[in-house]
Amino acid sequence: MTALSLKNVHKSFGNIHVLKDINIDVEDGEFVVFVGPSGCGKSTLLRVIAGLEDATSGDIQIGEDMVNVVPPSKRGIAMVFQSYALYPHLNVRKNMSLALKQERQPKSTIDARIEKASKMLNLEAYLDRFPSELSGGQRQRVAIGRAIVREPKLFLFDEPLSNLDAALRMNTRIEIANLHKQLGASMVYVTHDQTEAMTLADKIVVLRDGRVEQIGSPMELYNNPANKFVAGFLGSPSMNFLPESVLDGANNNTIGIRPEDLFISKDGPLLVRVSHVEHLGGDTNIIAHVEGHQITARLFGQHKVDQDSELRLAFKPDRTYAFAQDGTRLR
Amino acid sequence: MNKARANPYNTAAMHGALILYTLIALFPVFVIIINSFKDRRSIFREPLALPNSESFSLIGYETVFTQGDFFLYFQNSMIVTVASLFFVLLFGAMAAFALAEYRFKGNLLMGLYLALGIMIPIRIGTVAILDMMVATGLVNTLWALILVYTAQGLPLAIFILSEFMRQVSDDLKNAARIDGLSEYAIFLKLVLPLVRPAMATVAVFNMIPIWNDLWFPLILAPAEETKTLTLGSQVFIGQFVTDWNAVLSALSMAILPVLTLYVIFSRQLIRGITSGAVK
Ligand SMILES: Nc1ncnc2c1ncn2[C@@H]1O[C@H](COP(=O)(O)OP(=O)(O)O)[C@@H](O)[C@H]1O
Ligand SMILES: [Mg+2]
Repeated sequence: MTALSLKNVHKSFGNIHVLKDINIDVEDGEFVVFVGPSGCGKSTLLRVIAGLEDATSGDIQIGEDMVNVVPPSKRGIAMVFQSYALYPHLNVRKNMSLALKQERQPKSTIDARIEKASKMLNLEAYLDRFPSELSGGQRQRVAIGRAIVREPKLFLFDEPLSNLDAALRMNTRIEIANLHKQLGASMVYVTHDQTEAMTLADKIVVLRDGRVEQIGSPMELYNNPANKFVAGFLGSPSMNFLPESVLDGANNNTIGIRPEDLFISKDGPLLVRVSHVEHLGGDTNIIAHVEGHQITARLFGQHKVDQDSELRLAFKPDRTYAFAQDGTRLR
Repeated sequence: MNKARANPYNTAAMHGALILYTLIALFPVFVIIINSFKDRRSIFREPLALPNSESFSLIGYETVFTQGDFFLYFQNSMIVTVASLFFVLLFGAMAAFALAEYRFKGNLLMGLYLALGIMIPIRIGTVAILDMMVATGLVNTLWALILVYTAQGLPLAIFILSEFMRQVSDDLKNAARIDGLSEYAIFLKLVLPLVRPAMATVAVFNMIPIWNDLWFPLILAPAEETKTLTLGSQVFIGQFVTDWNAVLSALSMAILPVLTLYVIFSRQLIRGITSGAVK
């Protein structure tokens, strides 16, 4: 069964066309990540799903129900906002119970659900505190707790980690992944960070300028990108793009090579000048130039490479991707 | 800020300036109060002296309580001020919420139109207002004053409150919508508590002019039973002789309720400021 289904969804603000013909299905229990650069319409799409904005045209189905004209509170969704959006004048317990009170749930149910959620998120000690008395990570967990207690059919997350520092971001990411396993709920998660997308998703939807570029599992998209944009967006460091001419090709196409597919070889086809070396311990990133084009190689382990030295890089021909001038993949 | 506080010279200078300002601001009030307890001769001979056994006199207060119905005036002023503030805050906040929250045609024009009153003194329309009050039979009722003061206070209230309401985050209101709060509940339970400091500011700005106003009570409600305190006190100021004892006593007592209301509102102000700082 599908938890969420979007059919030909369009959204315009005045004459700005923000979402263009969006078609997405989210299966029951699936963790789907919408990823794309800032301003591509991810938040708008999430708000349309939540019912905070009306779609200009198209159909939105949550579970069995068409929800085009259903108000947000009746759609069976819960949303976690980037800014946490906790009610500043209510304590943690009241923040979590507000929606349930609006639904007129009995007090015993409310208490039981708050207890369960706060145990899951280690929030028991903070139930009587106000949001202003919590750290950023704790506020984020309260925001997630507020979503959990509603037991929604569909969770919506809008860049929930982008206000956290790096260490906390990684921990919370793992917590969210665990939460998804424990609850088995369907989740839609929006981010501009491809690492979050790759690590969390069952299915990734890549968006650009309000259009869906490609949908698939993280490894499908990584190994088999449909176009140059998806190829360049996923993976870190991102894919190298070189004109075919640099590689003795005849056409005007672009060749993409992932940094980890490059290796140092005496008789490699690419003669490069090293401009920078990043020693990460486990990996070594070499940033170099070939005929004015920047190229990044990611070598496993530790390598001693001098800046400004010249060396030759090689790659396996079957590990390259060819793209036409308009960015479409050539196979 | 913390550095400035840690430096004892800065602290002393800061407190010195504040104390000086307080003294200057409170001096007239102080003079009014001490002189209200003196007999007439001492008021003019030594206006700055404290009342002593020789000059002490309650004659002013006696006059105030025996001539005219001081408590009625007092009650009228209180009703008019509190009711006007209530309506200014209620309607002002509702209009501000609509302007700040909803996209509709003419939103900007409507906002400008509603704020126009800030620049146009309401007294220019006195004759028209009097006509209207006569036509509706509201002359010599407290409603006449309440309506006029509400109209007078609304433009600034809407201007200030809509600016503050725009700053309440959209995510917060959207979270409330998802949690099932109606638009009314979002207004009453979420946005109003968050703009409470702004409401207190508006209340304080409006309160003093309403309490002290002589113009509209004199024109719209001069009857004995609707006289406000300011108007009632005027009986002691004659064209040829002024009963200074009575005037000063009436003024001293008129300060009290304003002070009480101010303390109530300023608490809100301070609480709002500190809760914002911690967040
Ligand atoms: N209420 C609105 N009115 C007009 N334009 C908007 C509105 N909301 C968003 N947009 C525009 O839609 C585009 C997508 O915004 P958004 O969905 O917030 O992007 P993202 O979340 O991917 O960064 C942006 O160009 C933004 O300017
Ligand atoms: Mg966004």
